Amino acid sequence: MKKTLYQKIFDRHVVHECDNELPIIYIDLHLIHEVTSPQAFDGLRYKKRNLRSPNKTFATMDHNVPTNSRNMYDATPMAKIQMETLINNCKNFNIPLFDLQNISQGIVHVVGPEQGLTLPGTTIVCGDSHTSTHGAFGALAFGIGTSEVEHVFATQTLRQARMKNMRVFVYGQKNNNIFAKDIILYIIKKLGTSGGTGYVVEFTGPIIKSMSMEERMTICNMAIELGAKSGIIEPDQTTFTYLKNKNFSPKNNSWNKYIHYWSSLKSDNQACFNRNISINISNIKPQVTWGTNPSQVISIQNKIPKINTLKTKIEKEDALNALDYMGLKENSYLINIPVDKVFIGSCTNSRIEDLRIVASVVKNKIISKNIKAYIVPGSGLVKKQAEKEGLDKIFIKSGFQWRHSGCSMCLGMNDDQLKPYERCASTSNRNFEGRQGKNGRTHLVSPWMAANIALYGKFININ
Amino acid sequence: MNKFIKHHGKILPLQSSNIDTDIIIPKQFLQKINKIGFGKYLFYNWRFLDSEGKIKNKDFILNNKIYDNSSILLTRKNFGCGSSREHAVWALIDYGFKVIIANSFSDIFFNNSLNNRLLLISLPEKKIDIIFNITKKQKKVFGYIDLLKQELTIEKKIITFNMSEAQKKSVIYGLDQIDDTMYYKKKISTYEENNYPGYIKYS
Repeated sequence: MKKTLYQKIFDRHVVHECDNELPIIYIDLHLIHEVTSPQAFDGLRYKKRNLRSPNKTFATMDHNVPTNSRNMYDATPMAKIQMETLINNCKNFNIPLFDLQNISQGIVHVVGPEQGLTLPGTTIVCGDSHTSTHGAFGALAFGIGTSEVEHVFATQTLRQARMKNMRVFVYGQKNNNIFAKDIILYIIKKLGTSGGTGYVVEFTGPIIKSMSMEERMTICNMAIELGAKSGIIEPDQTTFTYLKNKNFSPKNNSWNKYIHYWSSLKSDNQACFNRNISINISNIKPQVTWGTNPSQVISIQNKIPKINTLKTKIEKEDALNALDYMGLKENSYLINIPVDKVFIGSCTNSRIEDLRIVASVVKNKIISKNIKAYIVPGSGLVKKQAEKEGLDKIFIKSGFQWRHSGCSMCLGMNDDQLKPYERCASTSNRNFEGRQGKNGRTHLVSPWMAANIALYGKFININ
Repeated sequence: MNKFIKHHGKILPLQSSNIDTDIIIPKQFLQKINKIGFGKYLFYNWRFLDSEGKIKNKDFILNNKIYDNSSILLTRKNFGCGSSREHAVWALIDYGFKVIIANSFSDIFFNNSLNNRLLLISLPEKKIDIIFNITKKQKKVFGYIDLLKQELTIEKKIITFNMSEAQKKSVIYGLDQIDDTMYYKKKISTYEENNYPGYIKYS
């Protein structure tokens, strides 16, 4: 039988399967952080169970960490307890931890790939929905809840239903200043926030093929915003080049064995996809969200839609609520609307390539005086590389705050938050109500767009 | 553990789609390190007008006394989308919900609910509309669920729903999934011994 890439990886990892039970699949890599793991560790202790594979479990702290220092005690008391709990749990269960004193600390979905922990053909889970990011390497990677975290701790397996297969074929002529973020927002706009529910989405086509690993990670990162279980991209030479000589990548002779295996990881020609979507990106302009879910998107030069042009009653109600929350009007432009804050960071867009794009826009320029702008690198290693290239000096000179790594304002679990009714251009992945702070108004954009908004202090249409 | 076969409860109609987990339980409440006491933070940003939770939003349905002690939440498509935080499920259960009826659920939220015996019933939009219409006509509407028959009865109207055997078993018996999987411990070890190159050794 001809198989999709997802089916190949899934089938390869089946430990046990029988009728009327969910298949048990093996998990190669379990990434953990401070927010979704404490209750799982408690569960192990309560049932007197061991952690099956400490050598396949890696921890970092990211969600709560202060980004204005590397001192845990600068965090809120509750956040500090969570970080201390992670430190103690990792010590007790012998799990490697990238803590605040470790240069490799960072956002879990930045750390995994840059350490070479994320490898093609593997199954990867983490108690975080954006685990789909790792699918960019041809891994089957998905987010799980705390009960499942405990299940992986105890058994190194998960019970998982087989998902349906969707292929999104991306083609066309990419315009200048159009980035992976614009492309994935455009796809989400086309398919909707539940368009991928029940599916693993394989992204393919010449546009995907031409992307760097950083761009592919941005695409797979936001597959979850389509409602998909995961996103996945066939590994190729770009993947192998990125992984070579990373800390945990296979070395020497075993590298060649793995390359041989990884090269076989592709969907068969006649593989059956339950759904095939083709997306032509030839005419798209920079994308920006106007509402409170990632499918409420427009090209910057377009107007927010008229309510009566929306298809369903539910869409109309959603749009009315979103406009009310966002303080916007239907059938109006975002252009010239002032912005209060700009956030460049998150597991979507905080890698070195993203920061280089921002630097290229703001070099020798000063950001608008009504703007507070933050750049939060995805990891200590990204920060170090940016500083080696002198990007930090460009940012600071422009008026940006140059921070330490962490999830930061993406979800505002630390002090990096919006005040009520503040408007933010953000390179993160979710524009939900209250996501960046109660009554905060989030607009998702690419790093290039965010940098331009910072300079002008408002939404701007630049060709 | 008690079997969950039948449930009779009051329906709370929450007329909204794409309710994400940030709405169900905002991030500031994810810093607790246990599983209990999340109910008071459920839909916090909708229930309260202030950050301290002192000023109730009178227009929000959870603050309407008529719906006190509701155990069945009726809502629209894509419920539980967004973050994988299981805290969302803990908050719903702690508040008193046993059943959620919606057009569709996010995949991760679905699994999290299953692991906590929160029953999710997925129905076509037309059937959801019918139930919403009943709740519009009269305020206190009760639902009766029979898991074995896979039937939901509201005001003498019987609606059937689909459910996989694995899902049904999980909700009815509330088995410890880890114990269940541990039964195949030998198979896991065999997999680890035999599976190169799918099996990675991080050194």
